[in-house]
Amino acid sequence: MVSVPNVERAAASSSPSSVRSRVKKRLGPDIDGYGFLLPATIVMISLVVYPFCLAIWFSVSDAFVGEPASYVGLENFIYILTEDDIFIETIWNTLLFAFWSVLFKVVLGLSCALLLQRILKLKRFFRGSVLLPFVAPTALSTLGWWLILDPTYSHINWILENMWPFSVMGFGPYNFLGEPTLAMASVIFVNIWRGIPFFIITILAGLMSIPEHLYDAAEIDGASTWRKFRSITLPLLRPVLAIIILFSTIFTLGEFNIIYVLTRGGPMNSTHLFSTYSFTYGILNHEIALGAAVALFLFPILVLIVVFLLRMVRRDTSHEL
Amino acid sequence: MAEIQLRDLWKYYDEVPAVRGINLDIEHNEFIALVGPSGCGKTTTLRMIAGLEDITAGDISVGDRIVNEVAPKDRDIAMVFQNYALYPHMSVFQNMSFGLRLRKTPKEEIDRRVNMAADILNIGELLERRPKQLSGGQRQRVAMGRAIVRDPQVFLFDEPLSNLDAKLRVQMRTEIKKIHQRVKTTVVYVTHDQVEAMTLADRIVVMNEGVIEQVGTPEEMYDDPQTLFVASFIGSPSMNFIPCQVEAANGGLSIQLADNLSFPVPADRLDRCGPGVGREMLFGIRPEHITDKRPHTDPTHHNFTSDVVVLEPMGIDTMVFINIGETEITTRSRPRAVSQVGQPMEFTIDMAHMHLIDPKTDVVL
Repeated sequence: MVSVPNVERAAASSSPSSVRSRVKKRLGPDIDGYGFLLPATIVMISLVVYPFCLAIWFSVSDAFVGEPASYVGLENFIYILTEDDIFIETIWNTLLFAFWSVLFKVVLGLSCALLLQRILKLKRFFRGSVLLPFVAPTALSTLGWWLILDPTYSHINWILENMWPFSVMGFGPYNFLGEPTLAMASVIFVNIWRGIPFFIITILAGLMSIPEHLYDAAEIDGASTWRKFRSITLPLLRPVLAIIILFSTIFTLGEFNIIYVLTRGGPMNSTHLFSTYSFTYGILNHEIALGAAVALFLFPILVLIVVFLLRMVRRDTSHEL
Repeated sequence: MAEIQLRDLWKYYDEVPAVRGINLDIEHNEFIALVGPSGCGKTTTLRMIAGLEDITAGDISVGDRIVNEVAPKDRDIAMVFQNYALYPHMSVFQNMSFGLRLRKTPKEEIDRRVNMAADILNIGELLERRPKQLSGGQRQRVAMGRAIVRDPQVFLFDEPLSNLDAKLRVQMRTEIKKIHQRVKTTVVYVTHDQVEAMTLADRIVVMNEGVIEQVGTPEEMYDDPQTLFVASFIGSPSMNFIPCQVEAANGGLSIQLADNLSFPVPADRLDRCGPGVGREMLFGIRPEHITDKRPHTDPTHHNFTSDVVVLEPMGIDTMVFINIGETEITTRSRPRAVSQVGQPMEFTIDMAHMHLIDPKTDVVL
C-alpha cells in the first residue's frame, strides 16, 4: 500500500517503453493471449451482451417503435402475467412442446443409435443419411413439411385416401395445421424429425466409448440383453444423455423457425411459443417492451435447467471408462 | 468335476482362420497356460471356451457336456480380463456381487461370499470404492474377486497381468499361484509371457499360427522341445541356433560348426541324431549350457575358446556374446570369470543339453 504512490510517480515520468513493460507486468506474461481474444470478445459484446442488456432495458421500459422510452419497472411482466391470456397459453404451449419433443427425441434417438451401432454393412451410408435432416437449412426443410401437411396438397391425406390399405380404413383427410391439437402435434413431430440426428450421432458416439469388454464381462456374469442395457449402457451413457437433453431443451424452448414457417403461432394461438409470441409483440405489433418481457420470461427458467442438468453431469462423470 | 475337452476346434474370422483344428484335454483342477506370440489364436481359443466367440467347427465340452451352444452364463465359468473390465459406475462390492445378484443369490450368501473373496485377496477395506479410486494391482484383485465369488468350475484368465508394471506383475504372479492353491479349480490362463507360463502352469500349451505346437509340463517344454518354434519361444534369453553338419566319427557322431569347432554327440543322443548325418542341420543350445570354463569330469562337457564380442552384466550372471562363424551366440557366465571385450575367453559347453533341428521341417530330432 505504501509503495503505490511511488510506482505511479515512476510510471508518469518514465518513457513509453517502460509503460509497456508496466502493462506487461500487470497483465502477466500472457499479454498476447488477450490480443487473440479481442476479436471474439468484440463480436460477443456487440452481438450478444449488448442486445441482451438492451432487451433487459426494454423489458422494464415502455419502449414502442419510433418513440422515446422511459422506465416503468416490472409493469410489462405484471401485464403479460395478469391480463394477457395468450401469454399464459404460450407458457403451456412451450412446456408441452419442449416436453414431448425432447422426450421423443431421447427415446427415438437412443433406439436408432442402438440399431445403427449393430448395423455393420453399409455402415457409413446409414450413419451419413441419418444426418440429412440436420444439414438441410431448417427454414427450407420446414417448407417441405408445410407442403406435406397443407390441407389442400397434403401428401399424407392423399396417401390415406388413395393408397391401399389406408384407402379402405377410412382415415382422414386431416387439417393438420388447422386444428389446435393436430397443429401442436404436427410442429412437435417436425421438431423431432429435425432434432433427432443430433441425438442419434451424439448417443452413437457415447455408445462407442463404452468398452466392449464390459459387455463380455456382463455376459459371463450372466446378464441378459435387457439387463446389460439397464446396468451398463444406460448408466455409462448418462453423462452424454444429460448434456444433449440440456442442449436440446434449451434449443427447443427457444424454437422459432418451425413454428413460424408452419403455423405462425396459430390456429388461435395454439402453437405460439415464447419466441414467436415475442416476435409478434415486438416486431409485428411494434410493442418492443412487451416483446422483450415475453422473451426474457424464459431466461430464469433456462438458467434453472442449466444449473440442474450441469449438476447432474458433474455428479455422473465422477467415474472414468 | 470340470475337465475341458477341445475336439478339432476351428475358428474362422471371415476367410481368415484364427484357430485351426486344435485338440486339447484339460484335467480337473489343472492349471493350463496357453502361450504364444500375439495372433497365435490363444485368446480366441479362450473366448471360445468362455462362449464369447462362436465356434466355426469342432466341439468344446466342460465336465461331461458339450457346451457349443450353451450361453456363457450357463457354462459355470468365470473370466478375468486383460483390462480388468470392472464396471466403472459400480463400487467394488457391486462389481464383485453383480453376477450373484443376477442369479438371485440371497443377500446373506452374497455378503458371505464377497467377504470371503475379499479376505483371500486382501481387499476387504476397498469394498466401497469405485474402480477409478484403485491402483492397477487392486483392480486386478477385484477382477479376480469377481471371478472367485462365483465359485465356478473353470477360471479363465486372459493375459491378466500384462497391464501391470514389471514389479507388480511378479508379485501378482505369486499371488495367483497362492490363490490357485487355496481355491482349487480348473484354470485356463492365456499369456504371451513364457516366464508366467513356466512359473504358474501345471502344463503349458504352446500355440503358433492357430495350431498347438506342443503340450507338456514346464520341465518338458524346457528340456525337450519338439519344434524349432517351441525351442526358441521357451527360455530366456532364448536358445542359440547354429548351422551345423553332423558327421560320423570313431563309431560316434560329431557336430561340425563353423570356425573348425567340433563337439561329439553324447552317447544317449546317437539314435536320435542319426537321421541328420551328412545334412545341413541346426544345432540348438541354451545360453546357460555354454559357461565360462569350469573343471569337469563329465564326458558331455567340452572346452573351446572364442573372442568376446559384447558383455551384458545381469548381476547374478553375465551374458557373453561370441561369434561362431556368422552366427552370434549368447552364453552365460559367472561375472568374475569373464574376459574383456575383444579378448579370447575359454568356455565349457554341455552337450547333454544339445538339440538337433531339421531346418526343412523345423522338427527337433
